[in-house]
Parts: sequence; structure tokens; C-alpha cells
Amino acid sequence: MKYLATGLMALSATAVSAQEKPVLNVYTYDSFVTEWGPGPAIEKAFEETCACDLVFTAAGDGAALLARLRLEGARTKADVVLGLDTNLTGAAAETGLFAQYDGAAIAFDLPVEWEDDTFVPYDWGYFAFVHDRALADAPDSFRALADSDLKIVIQDPRSSTPGLGLLLWVKAAYGDGAESIWADLSDNIVTVTKGWSEAYGMFLEGEADMVLSYTTSPAYHLIAEDDDSKTTAPFTEGHYLQIEVAGAVASSDQPELARAFLDFMVTDAFQSVIPTTNWMYPAVTPEGGLPKGFDTLVTPETALLFPAGEATEARDTALEEWLRALGR
Amino acid sequence: MVARAGPVTALRPLGFSAAALVLVLIGGSVVAVLVRAEGGFSLAPQDWAALRFTVLQAALSALCSVVLAVPVARALARRRFAGRGVLVTLMGAPFILPVIVAVLGLVMVFGRAGWVSDLLGVFGIAPLNIYGLKGVVLAHVFFNLPLATRLILQGWLAIPAERFRLAASLGAGPRDIARLLERPMLRAVLPGTVMVIFLICTTSFAVALALGGGPRATTVELAIYQAFRFDFDLGRAAVLALLQLALSAVAAMVALWVAVPSDASGGLDRTVERWDATRTGLRVMDTGLIVLAALFLLLPLLAIALRGLPQIAALDAAVWAAAWRSLWVAGVSVIVTLALALPLALTIADLRARPRVARGVEIVVYLAVATSPLVIGTGLFLLIFPFADPVALALPVTALVNGVMALPFALRAMVPAATETEARFGRLAASLGLTGTARLRLLTLPRLRRSLGFSAALAAALSLGDLGVITLFADPGEATLPLLLYRLMAGYQMDAAAGVALLLLALSLGVFWLLDRGGRVDAEV
Repeated sequence: MKYLATGLMALSATAVSAQEKPVLNVYTYDSFVTEWGPGPAIEKAFEETCACDLVFTAAGDGAALLARLRLEGARTKADVVLGLDTNLTGAAAETGLFAQYDGAAIAFDLPVEWEDDTFVPYDWGYFAFVHDRALADAPDSFRALADSDLKIVIQDPRSSTPGLGLLLWVKAAYGDGAESIWADLSDNIVTVTKGWSEAYGMFLEGEADMVLSYTTSPAYHLIAEDDDSKTTAPFTEGHYLQIEVAGAVASSDQPELARAFLDFMVTDAFQSVIPTTNWMYPAVTPEGGLPKGFDTLVTPETALLFPAGEATEARDTALEEWLRALGR
Repeated sequence: MVARAGPVTALRPLGFSAAALVLVLIGGSVVAVLVRAEGGFSLAPQDWAALRFTVLQAALSALCSVVLAVPVARALARRRFAGRGVLVTLMGAPFILPVIVAVLGLVMVFGRAGWVSDLLGVFGIAPLNIYGLKGVVLAHVFFNLPLATRLILQGWLAIPAERFRLAASLGAGPRDIARLLERPMLRAVLPGTVMVIFLICTTSFAVALALGGGPRATTVELAIYQAFRFDFDLGRAAVLALLQLALSAVAAMVALWVAVPSDASGGLDRTVERWDATRTGLRVMDTGLIVLAALFLLLPLLAIALRGLPQIAALDAAVWAAAWRSLWVAGVSVIVTLALALPLALTIADLRARPRVARGVEIVVYLAVATSPLVIGTGLFLLIFPFADPVALALPVTALVNGVMALPFALRAMVPAATETEARFGRLAASLGLTGTARLRLLTLPRLRRSLGFSAALAAALSLGDLGVITLFADPGEATLPLLLYRLMAGYQMDAAAGVALLLLALSLGVFWLLDRGGRVDAEV
């Protein structure tokens, strides 16, 4: 009996301490939470400051994340959603599921002005075509690419975030001329894949000369694999931006903690983890600067981006044009 | 009829319950999505185009797979050689590969920079271009030729040895044997085989897109995906899923209507010897066919193995934990599949006097394979969410759904065996008063052992390789092996992913071989 009583006391003690620690639920995309992603380091760093338990839940990619939140609605246990991008924030804000962020003004190191009262950026990158450094005559524009015999692999905008980014990139650069660019590109496109992984895998197998990815992709090969054979092609039209953001959920039972997390997100402890785990640019450059190797990356002169309010409409028109041009 | 009140009839309620469970799982999830949808359920013109392409590619893939599988199965049925068992198991591997691995394996061999193109380049021939409808069909044949071959091979092995003996003693040549013995068997086996493969191919998406070369290769499943994540139009997603189900139901009805039941009088289970197939020409042809099929199926596997081999030593604890989790899920899936398939198969066999009911039950089960994984996952998520944390139930739900998804293949293997057992031994068993568990133990299970083993093997391997519904439910710390593979690739870790792919391939093959072998300890296949 004595042992049983001691055991029960020990059990209830742990139960109490677990209760005392508030839990912050953060929904994010798959690759964020893996052991080689930013998740583990960020969890550790935030838990040191918050006296709370940070729990990540992973749901596919950014678009799947938003769909998941909409399925769950106001009953969701999510306190923060991390991993939407600027192509989704318009639709995300419309759901009314997100709370306004009223933190202090932050000096972001983004290529564009940032104004949003709901979402806070944590990293960003430019879409770009990755190719082998050995590739002769790398194109310097979509027009040059379309006129060349180079083969590319891209992702389907209906199922992939980079695919959608490319769709908007061409639309932002060419406007009404986008459809004819796509028509001219059609003989360069080896294939269109469901997601980034298939496309990048096919490129690494030598199936195409170039693949749609990010300007930061070569940094992975350089830093993690000590391989400097990959680079990206700078395009004169400019490059489309992807800004990844997080937002607090309105129905959260931990609004202060959610706010504290968003505040923490733009500090060095979070931002310094991003470059070599998420392979993107940090939204606020940490004190130590960017890791060695990032200085070798192509930095586009012009950044293209549809404002959140216009992205949805542009997307629908651009998709129709894309389907028409490539469906022929 | 009183004498028929054996254990089989007693199993009927169980059989109907199993069918009802499948119906509830499919119907329930689609209805849950429909109910959650707000607004109208209209279809766009491009949805009809997606439907047309889906039917076209699935029909072509199914026909090509089966047309190629018949000669290969015949060759395997009439040849004995060292390593035949291993070859049959290995050739089954593509069926159980995760899609992304199979696509990369195919590209490494048949792609623009693949082995075949390299070889052609030596002779100054332009590289292969597999993209387009031909690529979709190529990939689907790669996936499904092994299944078709196995199902047809089972048909061949079910022809009693006595018939071949009699045919030989009457001086029948290969033509006569084909006409008298083989074609009637094929007439019974092929429609079901074509149907199963057609149904698998209707939900294809990632393969169809990657090798289809662009948006022309839009399938219904991709349209569902778009409705779900691009437009968040649940109504459209559910209607598209229903459309896919209706299409599959029609296909299943046609197939079961065309198929004639094989006459199930049996022999004495002697080893088949084929006196008709000793001619040199036939030997050469069979050898050639087996070599070609083996090359087609095994080269991409070899490419995957070669890529993964250097990485296998570097696999860390997380990978082994995921492997263990996957094996656990596969084990539960096998139990689910067998627990549902056995009463179903026996009930369907027992309902021979009421073929319409039997067909109805079978069609319901076949729909499981044709249901959009995304819609099932979303539906289950919506059903579970109000009551429990879906993340906590990720592994059990995955095991259940994977088990149900394997049911159609299990039935394809078990129904003929159950029907044959009933026809051959039913009256004898009844006259001996063999009922209850004794009948199950002494008659049914031993006669069904081979198909039970095959079904268990298929269920385990499918479950191991399948991503299924887990993506919607997954707990970051509780990934299965395929999910880990996708996550590795999404994080640039292509090398580690190659190692995991090889591990997955080896595990699937090992489990498949063990269970399949267990079902035929003393049988020669």
C-alpha cells in the first residue's frame, strides 16, 4: 500500500507539473519539424524563454496547412500557424480565423516593404531555376529560355507551392503576355510534377538542365554537401518572392503565449537557425550576419510580388492561361 | 438445404458486416466531406476532361498490363528453373513501391538521361522520351504487371494437373491446350484482373502527372486535390470523389458481368508437368519473355538499390524507429485485411446460388481501392475531429485504412479458392457432418492457405509502402517510413532518402516473401 500511495503521489505530482506548464500548439509544414529542419532548435530556444511546452503539428505544405485549419475551424487547437506564404495570406485572412498582431514595429530585412496587421514574416526567398554551373549559355530571361533548347522540370501550380510561385512569377513579369510565354516554354518543359521533391529529384538524376527551385538551393549543396557545382540563373525580368509568415489563431486559449512566440520569431535565437535548416533568407538578418556560402548566391535586382489582396485573382487568371497554353 | 448450414453460412452475417464496414468507411467519409462543404457542387468543364483522361489512361494501363501479363504468366506456369520463386517475389516489388521512388527508378532507367538512353547514345540514337500518355501507361504497367502476372499465374496453377495429363495422353498440342484448358481459365480470370488494375489506376495522380508531361495528364484525383487545396471547395472535391466511385462501380459491374465463373471441379493437387511445352521454339519464347519482363521490372529496382546502397550504413535511429512503426502498422493492416477478407470470400463463395447478391458484395469491396485517398483521409479527419485528436489516432487509422485498401486484392485471390473449395468439398464435408471450427480448421483454412498467405503478403507490403491517409493525421515525431522518405526529400536530403527507399524496398520484399512463402510451405509456385 505504501508503495502504491507513493506511486500515486508521484503520478499526481507529474500530472500537476504538466498542467502548470501551458502548451503552445504550432501548426506548420512537414519539413519544418524534421530533425534536420528548424523545428527542434527553435522548440528548445523558445521553451527556455517561455516556461511552456511548444508542440509542433505538421500538415503537408503551406496550402495543406491552411486547408487543415479551415477544416478544423474555430475548434482548432492551433494557437499559431507557421508556414503560410504571401500567396495564401489573402485567403487566410478572409477566413477570419486569425488574430491581429499588435506587436512592436519590426525592421525587416525584406526586399519589399512589409505591411500587414495579421501575419509576421519569418523567412523569404526568390524562386529561380537551378542548374549545373557547367551549363553553357544559361538563359537570362523566360524569353531566352523559351527560345533555347534547354529542358526544364517544373511543378504543378495546383498541387505545389513553388509551382504556384512560378505561375505568378511569369504573370507578374509578363502580365497579358504570360500565356504566350507559356506556349513558347511548352517544348522546354520535360514534365510537370506534383511537388518540389519529384522535380528536384529528377533534375539531380540528370533528367533536365534546370529545375524550378529557389536562389538559396545552391547554398544547401555548398554548405551541407560541400558541392559548389549548382547555381541559379538570374533573370532580367526579376524574380518572384516567397515570403513565409506566421499568424496567431483568433480562437487560441493562449493568446499571450502566441504573441510571445511571434515576438520571439523575429529575434536572433529563431532567425539564426533559419538559413542552414530551412535554406531561406531570415526575415531579420541576425547579428552574426548570414552563414558563409550565402554570399555566393545570386541576388536578383528586381523582386516581383503580387500584394496579398491581388494574389488570389491573379492566380485564377494565370492558372487558366497556364492550362490553355500547356494543355494544347 | 439444412445440410448446408455449415460454418460458411454461419459466417454470412460476418461477411455482410465486413462489406458494411467498407461501405460505411467509404460512404461515411465522402458524406462527411459533402456535409462540411458550403455552397454548390458544380463541376467545371475541365473536370470532365480530367474524367475522360482518367478513364483513358486507366483503361489503357489495365489492358496493356494484362495483355503483357498473359504470356509472362504462361511462361512462368510452364517453366521450372532455379531461382524461379525468388524471381516471382522480386518481380512483385514494383507494386509495393512508394510512388516517388518508383518514378525516380523508372526515370533512372528509361528517362532522357537514363541507362537505356545512354546505351542508345552509344549507337548515335536519340534519347528516349517517355513523357506523355505513353509514360503514364509505362509507369502503370511497371506497377501493375506483377500483380496481373501473379493473379493470372494463380489461374494457371488452379488448372488441375490431371487435365494436362489427360490432354497429353490424348496427344494435344499447345494449340489444343490453349483452346481447351487455358482460354476458359483466362475467360474467368482476366475480367477481374483488368478491373482491379483499372480501379487502381483511376486514383493515380503523382505518377500520371510526373510522367504525363504536363496538365494534359490531369486525372480526377488531381482535380480533387486542386478543389481541396487550391480552391478549398469541399463540395467539388466530394462530388468528384463520387464521380470517381460511380465510374469504378460501373467498371466493376461490367467486369463481374463479363466474367464467367470457372468450373471449379478439381484434381488431386499433383504437381503440373507440361508435356506440351517441351518444343524448342516454345522454350526459347518463354525464356525470352521471362528475361524481358524481368529486365523491365528489375532494372528500375536495381537503379534504386544502387543509389541507396552507399547510404544504408548512414541511416540513423529515427529511420529505424520509423521502420519499426511501419512494420507495426503493416501487422495490424494484415489482421484487418484477413479478418475482413476471409468471411467476405467465404460468404461470396457461399452465395453462388444468389449471384446478384454476391456480385453486389464484391463491388462494394472493390470500391475501396477506387476511393480518393485524399477524400477518405479528409472525411475520416472530419469524422474523428469532434470526438478525439486525429493526431493521436494517426497510426491506428492508417492501419485500418491500409487494411481495407488491400481487401480488393485479397478477394481477387481468395474468392476463386473459396469457391473451388466449396464446390469440391462442400458436399463431402456436409455428408461427414463437418461443421463449425472443425470445418474451418480441417478444410477451409488448409485449402485457402496459399491465397491467405498471398493476401497477407500483399496487405503487409502495400501498407508498408503506402502514404495513405497518414499525411493528414501525422504526428511529427511518429512518421512511418514512407512519410519519412517524403520529408527527407522535401528537405534536400536526397541521399538519405535513397537509403530509406532501399530499406523500404528491402522490408517490403522481405515481409512479402515471408508471408507469401508461409502460405505455401510445401507448394511449388
